[in-house]
Amino acid sequence: MTDITSEDSRKALCNPTTEAVRNSLSRRNRKQVLLQSFGIAAILFAMGMLFILLGSIISSGYHAFTQTHIQLEVYVDPEEIPADGLPRGGFNDVLAAAMAVHFPGIDLADRVAKRELTSILSNGAQFILRDKVVSDPSLIGQTISLSVPASDPYDQLNKGLVERDTPEQFRRIDDAAIARFDRLKELGMVSAPLNTALITNADSRFPELAGLKGALVGSFWALLVCFLISFPLGIGAAIYLEEFAPKNRYSDLIEININNLAAVPSVVFGLLALAVFIGWFGLPRSAPFVGGLTLALMTMPTIIIATRAALKAVPPSIREAALGVGASKHQVVFGHVLPLAMPGILTGTIIGLAQALGETAPLLLIGMNAFITSAATSPFDSATALPTQIFIWADSPERGFVSRTSAAILVLLMFLVTMNAVAIFLRSKFERKW
Amino acid sequence: MTAVPFIILLLAAIVGYAINIQAARAIRSGGDRLHSLEHFHGLFSLLLVVVPALTLVLIWLALQGSIVDGLVMSSLPSGVLDGLGSGQIQLIGAEIRSIAGGRIFGTPENWKLEAADRLLGYRQASGWLLVTVVTLMSLGLIFFARSKVAAEFRARQGVERITLWLMIFCAVVAIFTTVGIVAALTFETLKFFQRVPVTEFLFGLNWEPQIPIREDQIAAEGAFGAVPVFLGTIVIATVALLIAVPVGLFTAIYLNEFSPTSIRNVVKPILEILAGVPTVVYGFFAILVVAPAIRQFGQSIGVEVASNTALAAGGVMGIMLIPFISSFADDALSAVPRSLRDGALALGATRGEMMLNVLFPAAIPGIVGGILLAVSRAIGETMIVVMAAGLIARMTINPLDSVTAVTVQIVTLLIGDTSFDNPKTLAAFALGMMLFIATLVINVFALRIVRKYREIYD
Repeated sequence: MTDITSEDSRKALCNPTTEAVRNSLSRRNRKQVLLQSFGIAAILFAMGMLFILLGSIISSGYHAFTQTHIQLEVYVDPEEIPADGLPRGGFNDVLAAAMAVHFPGIDLADRVAKRELTSILSNGAQFILRDKVVSDPSLIGQTISLSVPASDPYDQLNKGLVERDTPEQFRRIDDAAIARFDRLKELGMVSAPLNTALITNADSRFPELAGLKGALVGSFWALLVCFLISFPLGIGAAIYLEEFAPKNRYSDLIEININNLAAVPSVVFGLLALAVFIGWFGLPRSAPFVGGLTLALMTMPTIIIATRAALKAVPPSIREAALGVGASKHQVVFGHVLPLAMPGILTGTIIGLAQALGETAPLLLIGMNAFITSAATSPFDSATALPTQIFIWADSPERGFVSRTSAAILVLLMFLVTMNAVAIFLRSKFERKW
Repeated sequence: MTAVPFIILLLAAIVGYAINIQAARAIRSGGDRLHSLEHFHGLFSLLLVVVPALTLVLIWLALQGSIVDGLVMSSLPSGVLDGLGSGQIQLIGAEIRSIAGGRIFGTPENWKLEAADRLLGYRQASGWLLVTVVTLMSLGLIFFARSKVAAEFRARQGVERITLWLMIFCAVVAIFTTVGIVAALTFETLKFFQRVPVTEFLFGLNWEPQIPIREDQIAAEGAFGAVPVFLGTIVIATVALLIAVPVGLFTAIYLNEFSPTSIRNVVKPILEILAGVPTVVYGFFAILVVAPAIRQFGQSIGVEVASNTALAAGGVMGIMLIPFISSFADDALSAVPRSLRDGALALGATRGEMMLNVLFPAAIPGIVGGILLAVSRAIGETMIVVMAAGLIARMTINPLDSVTAVTVQIVTLLIGDTSFDNPKTLAAFALGMMLFIATLVINVFALRIVRKYREIYD
């Protein structure tokens, strides 16, 4: 037996085909290894790009989460700020005087020197002082301690974003300005607390004062409108198409239509909104309501597709059991199938809303990129949204806006991650395997 | 004020529901058998009240603004609007509205103040009228619904009929959207072609849409030859696909066949993150990192590189499309029946040969469908090119040059103030029409391929 087998195998080894295969095997294996390494290289490329993307945005954005502040002891001079003249008054002069205390060599009568001195403070500093005094006029005549934001160039300097070694003419602030700032630093007047203004302020021309409040409120209203419209419409359409629609030409047409709508470029939806909602219906420009309406049209196909998948996943036995005990078709769907499909529907909706939150182009076309310094109080007021605010800031020339833009992106990504995490949580918690 | 009709509606709905349920209960406790359950009688009343009244309120609110404006504008003293263009008339309308809203700039003429007063008056009258109509309508419908309650009344069927029609309406909204897109684009595009000949738009080689707004303004004459714009889009999309297709396909091949499950479980979510990043973020990435890097590299090897190159925009767009292509290709490869895979391996193919010679060819239709969808995404993608590509249309296919794209032109032509009566604005709609047609054709084609292919193996 054994002999015969070994004889056979020896014969097989001598088989010319086997020989050829064996000889080619290493070449063929090399080819496979090559294919695999291409695959690994492709994955590394994609992951590397994501890493660079996030890395560059985090490394430029984290600066914006702190803001350089200057601590001042301000004597609210009744001669400059008379109580009966509020809210007018020489607030800037009072601040200049408070600064000049630390720089004995500077004569405030020299206007250039005075401007150079106060340029360390943000342009908004006088308004901070004004609001404080207006809300409590008894402060006039007292010395109050006030922490005001530093202006953008000095903020950059404090964060080490201005190279002190570069020749003076290539720098935005000259040596004298640096010396003045360093003196303030020696005096312990400079601090860099958490930049709450990033969330509590609306947009501003000055980077150190610009915040995201207007954009967050605008995005909130737009998403709310989007949800209120697209959620019921999407579920209604999906239930009809999945459970009730007869299989004929018309329902086919609707179905093809929905699939195509999901792939129409977003800028085309912006054109639709501009021509129809604003041009024909006369709805206000820049309003989150119009933005929400547009986003709803874009989100609806996503919700319809997700809802149909969720409805399909409910096993027929549930339907048959309900029908068997005498429920009507509507009672089966609304009483049994829909509640079971709800987790899937909600997951799809949240993912759809997350996409809508990041959508920019249609909002640009309906004018949600306006410069607005107060937060909207209703969905019909002018407002910006998070992504359009990012676009505006990315276009602004001031250096300080680069880190603000990255910080705004981080805020946006944080919202997206949260929404997707909620969706994943819902899916894993409530998804039922039948 | 706008909230009042909605509150009335809500109250009417609750009252109607409660009244009908009570009535139904009364019949049942009287010893009769109801045909429908009590709550169907309630729901019947609720739907009967809410659906027509809500429709009325929404239509009213949608039309109110333009009707009130029209009334105010036509009531202006004769003569003040003589000889003004439509843009200036719109401006006057906006000024009157802002005066009515309490934002007065400078000292407006007396007739404007009067018009603003009239505007407020009309608005208030319209508001009260709406409230009255909604109240009367809801009361009437509540009584009607109540009068229907009877032992043999088929309330359930009534409710089901109404909900079915509501659902049909929801499904038809998708059709309305498409019709709206087509109508808006066609309407404005036709207006554009009345001013600029179609042949010039489609075949002209010169794109300079900055036309003078005032007559005395010195500006370019305005040229609307869109070929360089289309060419720019094609260049950028080509660069994007040259990056996305190979990387996406190799990623899919590796993940589908060779990778251990653990790597797959890590890489897949990472690709999903890449797909979920908003495009405005990619655009910022392009101007913050990629464009400077490309320019620096170009300078170091002595090549002149423009500041906003097609390479930067297209490259970043390619990164955005990687997960799109890889997930489509992965699905297509997974859809190939197991028997083909096993058969090839049983014949002695290596896994690499099985992948390249059996699985991949079998999956080609699905992959092509995915790539076509990616093409349509690439030509429709807006934010990346708006931020990273140029504004000036050039006839060039050099990816190191600054080129523009269709979507860039649409956005730049429409940002700022827009009135619908100059060719500059209308040109954006003509470009939008081209974009819509191109993506529609590609999508229909791609979806058909994907669907047909799925049917073969299902």
